[in-house]
Order: sequence, then structure tokens, then C-alpha cells
Amino acid sequence: MTTDPASNIERRTGPGGTVRILLWMAAVIALAPVIVPFGFLVGRAAAGGSKAVDTVLSGRTVELMLSTLLLVAIVSISAAVIGVGAAWLTERTDLAGRKWWRVIVALPLVVPSYVIALTIISALGPRGLLSDLFGFGFPTARGLVGAWWALTVATYPFIYLIVAAAMRRIDPALEEAGRGLGLSPNRVFARVVLPQLRQPIGAGVLLAALYTLSDFGAVSLVGFDSFTNVIYAQYAGRLDRTPAMVLAVILVVLALGVLWAAGRFRRGRRFVPRPVARPTRLMSLNRTQRTGAYAVLSLVGVASLGLPVGTLVTWLVRRPLPDGIPWGSLAGSLSVSLLAATVAVVLAIPTAVLIVRHRGGASVWVERTAYLAYSVPHITVGLAVVFLASRYLGPLYQSLWLLVAVYASVFFAQALGAVRSALAQISPSLEEAARSLGRSPFRAMTGITLPLMGRGIAVGGLLVFLTTMKELPVTLLTRPTGFDTLAVDVWSSAGELLYSSAAVPALMLLAVSALPTYVLATRQR
Amino acid sequence: MPNRFLAAAITLILLSAACSNGDPARLTVYSGRSENLVGPLFERFTDKTGIEVAVRYAGSTELAATLREEGSNTPADLFFAQDPASLGAVAESGLFSALAPEILALVDPRFSDPNGRWVGTSGRARVVVYDSTLLSAAELPSSVAGFTSPEWKGRIAIAPTNGSFLAFVAAMLVMEGEAATRSWLEALAANDPGKYAKNSPIVAAVNGGEIEAGLVNHYYLLRLQAEEGETAAANHFLGSGGPGSLVMPAGAGILVTSNQKESAGHLIEFLLSAESQEYFARETFEYPLAAGIAPLDGLPPLESLGSPLLDLSALATALDLATDLVAAAGLL
Repeated sequence: MTTDPASNIERRTGPGGTVRILLWMAAVIALAPVIVPFGFLVGRAAAGGSKAVDTVLSGRTVELMLSTLLLVAIVSISAAVIGVGAAWLTERTDLAGRKWWRVIVALPLVVPSYVIALTIISALGPRGLLSDLFGFGFPTARGLVGAWWALTVATYPFIYLIVAAAMRRIDPALEEAGRGLGLSPNRVFARVVLPQLRQPIGAGVLLAALYTLSDFGAVSLVGFDSFTNVIYAQYAGRLDRTPAMVLAVILVVLALGVLWAAGRFRRGRRFVPRPVARPTRLMSLNRTQRTGAYAVLSLVGVASLGLPVGTLVTWLVRRPLPDGIPWGSLAGSLSVSLLAATVAVVLAIPTAVLIVRHRGGASVWVERTAYLAYSVPHITVGLAVVFLASRYLGPLYQSLWLLVAVYASVFFAQALGAVRSALAQISPSLEEAARSLGRSPFRAMTGITLPLMGRGIAVGGLLVFLTTMKELPVTLLTRPTGFDTLAVDVWSSAGELLYSSAAVPALMLLAVSALPTYVLATRQR
Repeated sequence: MPNRFLAAAITLILLSAACSNGDPARLTVYSGRSENLVGPLFERFTDKTGIEVAVRYAGSTELAATLREEGSNTPADLFFAQDPASLGAVAESGLFSALAPEILALVDPRFSDPNGRWVGTSGRARVVVYDSTLLSAAELPSSVAGFTSPEWKGRIAIAPTNGSFLAFVAAMLVMEGEAATRSWLEALAANDPGKYAKNSPIVAAVNGGEIEAGLVNHYYLLRLQAEEGETAAANHFLGSGGPGSLVMPAGAGILVTSNQKESAGHLIEFLLSAESQEYFARETFEYPLAAGIAPLDGLPPLESLGSPLLDLSALATALDLATDLVAAAGLL
């Protein structure tokens, strides 16, 4: 970003070499904190030699893979059913209070999976909170059932939001044609609407599947042996770190497999929605259907919002603030999240310029790499970073700097996506005009384009802020000594079954996340 | 605009520099004992001596592995662990410096490293915690071997990644050999035990009616009772002289790479002082090992527990194999 006037002419015709190098540097700095440690992780796993092979080939690994994939499958299916069903009810029927239902159904997005898990383990069970309140024994929901519940609740909002948005864009003409040809409303949905929703549903299910595959907090609290949980168990319970590393590499491969499959699926059929001029006719529900719809939506609301919030508040009331208010952890959460959001956005701007304005074979890879870094399970990122940093990074090891760099890198794709699409909408001719009037390219960029990208930058920053607040495994493994966040507080108190102690940071986490989510949700429309 | 960005960037850099670990006079402790158990002790130490302490709380085995991974790069000055096996693993890797004889003299040598590299700070007995509304002590097996019989299928809880459990398995290896330990673990795994991350959730789960019995240390239940009064869960001391009746010390050692060995030594002395030993007896309900403090009333005396006499340094060498066997049995 030099302002040397001598190279002005060159800049007008095309990007200068220095500029391009600087843009590339931003991209590399952004992604290195995830990518480089992974190189070392693979190296370590490979150096494990025969032991590594034993780990891969053992029946236990196969068993793990199957149980993890089973969880991914059942969560994806149930999240898809709930997400699509809720989208249909709130977008396509004349159900009363649709505006409110939309909020209720989308709101669980704010609740981290481990908070849902915490409420499941503390509210259910023969002597849990609910059994206490109602006087009869509720069954426990540990293991697969608990993991399925927590992760379904945590992931269906993704599918709901994507599918509901797509439903609003579908041209009603096809449906009208279907009805005109005598199809019943149900068959119109199944044969006309659903096929058009293939792509958004696929995208939502991909998100749900990756989330489930990567989730560590919920499965560890409900005690379900999925890959992430066992990786942590091997890490925590074994003096030899190699098996954990080998399992981590396998999990990464599994995640890449899901991405690859999704990529193929998306390539298969592409549905391009046309802009819709008129709203679709809403389907009117009869009385039984209406009652059923209310019942289903209420059940979803209770399972995903009512139970968690109710349980947390009950614990809080039963033993108010057993450890006081965790101000230190709040400050920790806020400061790393703000720093991570800032770093991610600051690096995303030049990277977006590289991708949008200097598009080429190599810059496409920057985007893909960012997406990969985002999709890789966080527990494996944490392991890789610990391994690399403890040996080779000296004072950076267990420092706040490293933690922020890793967060920014992991969530870089979110910032990049938002900033990039904002930049793509701004015509380069605006900058060219400014430059022809004598502004340097740098000042044209910062004075004209950057302010126009304001909203995209804010959205990207908010997304990174939100996900960093909720992040658990990377924080757990790589945080500075004595540094706590709300997420770590919730997880460690819940792990000791100190529910009243966990309720305070959990509620604070929800409160702090709710505001940015509200801003995002309302500004996004 | 660029100026404002620059200003913001500089502010952020200063802010984060202020937050990161600057203070070289701070003592860094890796604690395998949880914050709610020992956090208050570190605060008292700082109040008393003015020495700031930064504590990294995690599992004992995890921290032992971390210390071995970090080697000479470790920022830690002191390792405080809940079991002799993780302490031994660090000692065997040559990462502990020898403790001063005055410190070692404070504790019965049975509860410290025979080579003087770490010292026991409090004792904890292995017990079976059980749901007294469903079972009586007479219905419990007389040794851990009994939990492998089919009638215990799905009814017993363990914490396979926990340092105390792994140290107990290491003790079994030392006492009964590899073949016996392997078959015990396999038979236990076949009984589909409930797996928990730590001891305290097991006690809460037994008390919550989630599972009938669990293999834990004795004091978690006493803690719960101090908070909640009467509990459905009760402790059973196996007392058979086998690995199930082991009394294991929690302990501490000073890292050889520490540049604050003197402060670290003060911290260990503080842990062995009458004040801290009293804290272990009254607040964490463990067996005090120094300063002539008696354990809590109602606890069976240390000598009556029938704990086997073990060379604690042998536990360390057995820990690697113990974790491998636990993993091989499918319990990790």
C-alpha cells in the first residue's frame, strides 16, 4: 500500500506488483495460524509410524467412525425435518402470529450446543430438575439421545433460515400450475416446492452435518463417544499424544469428505431463483392442522429455548451466584472476541480486494482455503496449535496473541464472505473515477470503496465476534494460563455438575450474544 | 479515514499487549486439581506472600503430558497433581528438580517420591461410591474384581481419563501384573460401565440416581454432603489391601526449568503448613500428610484403610502402559 507517486500510471492500468504482494501477505497471515499447524499435525501423526497405523486400523476407530456418522446422520435428518417444516409453516401457511414464530424458531441460533447439553443433563434424569418439579422420574438423556437432542436444536436454525429465505424467493407460478392441474396442496409441496428447495436444504444440511461432526462441547457433556470427544479423552488421559493426533487427522479427513460430497451434490442440480414479483398464496390450515402446527412449533420452542432458559434461570434462583459474577471471564470473552473480529476484518478487506479485483487461479484457492479452515473441527485446530506452539513458537505459546490469531484464522471465512460480497457489489469504476481526479489508489480505496463496504464489514465483524464468543475447544487448549472465558466457565462448571455455577456464565453468554444476533437478523432482511 | 484506522489498530495492539502475560515475577502453576478445590489456597498464598500466581487448571495426566511435550519450553514453575503417577511421569522425564531436604522432611516418606523430586501434600483413599437407597454396603463386592461379574453390567461408573483412575490402574499393574490388569479392564469394559470425565460427576450421578455405583476418591462425596446435607450416595472403603483400597497422595514438584524455584519452594512449604493442611482436612476432606493435623472426624484413620505399600516411583513407569491398556480395552 505504497503511495509513491511515481507508479501512478502503472496503477491506472493494473495492479502494481507491490500492492499484489501486500494483498497476498494479508491472505497468508490470515490463514497461516490454522494451515501451518495442520502441516505439523500430519507430520506428527505420520511420525507415529506403526502406532499410528494401529490406531487407524483398530476396531475402536471404526466403531467411532460409525457412531459419529450415525449421530451426524440422525441430527441432519431431524434438523432438516424441523427446519423445513418450520419454514413451511411460517412462510407458506396462514398460521396466526407467523412473525413471532419466525423469531422463536430462529432464536436457538444464539444458544451454544454445550448450553443445551448442560440443561439436558441437569433437567432430566430420575433426580433432575424436572423430576423434582413434577414429582415423577424423568428418564436420563445421556449418550446418543442427549447428543442428538442438543445438536438437533443447535443446528436446525441454520436449515430453517436458509430454507425460509429460499421459500420467499420461489416463483409461485409453478405451484399455481400444479394446483391448476389438480394436485392437492400436499402434493404440490412434495412435487413442486421441495424439488426447488433441494439446493438450500442441501446447503443447510451441510452446515448441520459439519457442525455435528465438529461439535465438542455437547458430546463431551452428555458423554457420547463421538470423534471429538474421544480425541479429547486421548489428549487428556494419555501421556502419549500421538493417538490423539492420528484420530484428529482422521476426523479432518472425514470433514473434508463431507465437504466434498456436498460440493458434488451442489454441482449436480442448480436451482437459480428468479426474482419474485408477487407473493405466494398462503395455504389455509383447517382447525386440526392449525392445532397440530401450534403443538409442533411449541414443542420445538420448548425443547430449544424454553427448557434451556427455564433450567438456567431455575438454577440461578435456587443458588444465586454461588461464585459471584464472573466479570473476569466476561472481560476475557469480550476482549478476545472483539480482537478476533477486528483482526479478521482488517485482514479480510485486502483479501477481498485480492479475490474480487485480482481474480485468478491462485486467488480462488485463498477462498477455498478460508472455507476449509472454517470447516475443520476446532478440537483438531486446538491440538495442532498446541503441538506446534509448545515446541517452536517460544513466547507466543499460551499467549493471547496466538489465541486471537487462531480465532481470526478459523473464522476468517465469515469475515471474508461478508466483506467480499459487499466489495463485489461496488463497481470498480467509482475508484477509477476518483483516481482519474488525482487520488492515489490507496486513498481512492479507503475514501470511496471502504465506506461503501461499511455494512458488509460490520456484518463480517459481528459474525466473527459471535462465533468467537461461543468457541470452546480452541480456547480450552490454547488459552493463556489463568485466562477464562464464559464458554470455558460454562463447560468446566457443567463438567463438575456444578449447575448453579454454570448457569451464571451461560446466561451471560446468551445475553451478550443476543444483541448482535438481533442486529444481524433485523439488518439482514 | 486511514488515520482513524491506524489509531484504532495501535490502540488494539497496546490493549492486547497489556492483556498478555507480561509479569515475569508471576509464579506459573499447572494444577491437576480443580479450581473449586484448591483455588482458595492459591489466593491465600498470594495474600500472604505477595507472590502472584497464575494457575492453569486441567487434568493431572493431561498436564503431565503437556509438560513432557513442552520440555524445556515450559512456562510452568510448579506442577501440582492429584496423583503420584502423573507426578512420577514428569519426574521420570527429568523435568523436576530435586526438592530441598527441609521440604521432604515435612512428610512421611511413604507419600513422596523416593528420589525426592516431588512431595505428597494430601492423601486420598480410593472408594466405591454407591446409591444407598438401592444398595447396602453388604451387597457391594469386597474388591474391585467383583465389579467385573455380569450382575454389575451398566451399573458401575468410572472416570477413565482421570488421573486418579489411571494411577489406580497403574497400581494394579504394579501389584498384579499386566495380564491380570488387562483382563480386569476387558471384563470391566464388557460390563459397559458409565464413563464420566471426572470423579465429581460420578458422585453427583450416583447421588442423582443416574447410576448405582462408581470408583472414585473418598472426598468428593464429603464435599457434596457439606453442600447438600444428607445424600443418597454413600462411600464404601474396600479395605481388602488390593489396588481398590489404595491411598494415593496428591503432590507437587518444581520444574527444573523454572527461574523462580525459590518462590515455588515457598508455595510448596505453604501447602504443607498447618494452615493448608487444616484446609485439606476441613475443606477438601482429604487426609493431611504434614504438620500433625488430624483428618476430619468420622473418616476412618489412614492406618486402618489397609492401603498396600507401593513404591510410588514404580507407578510412574506403569502409567504409560496403564493408559495404553485402558485405551486398548476401549474405555478411553
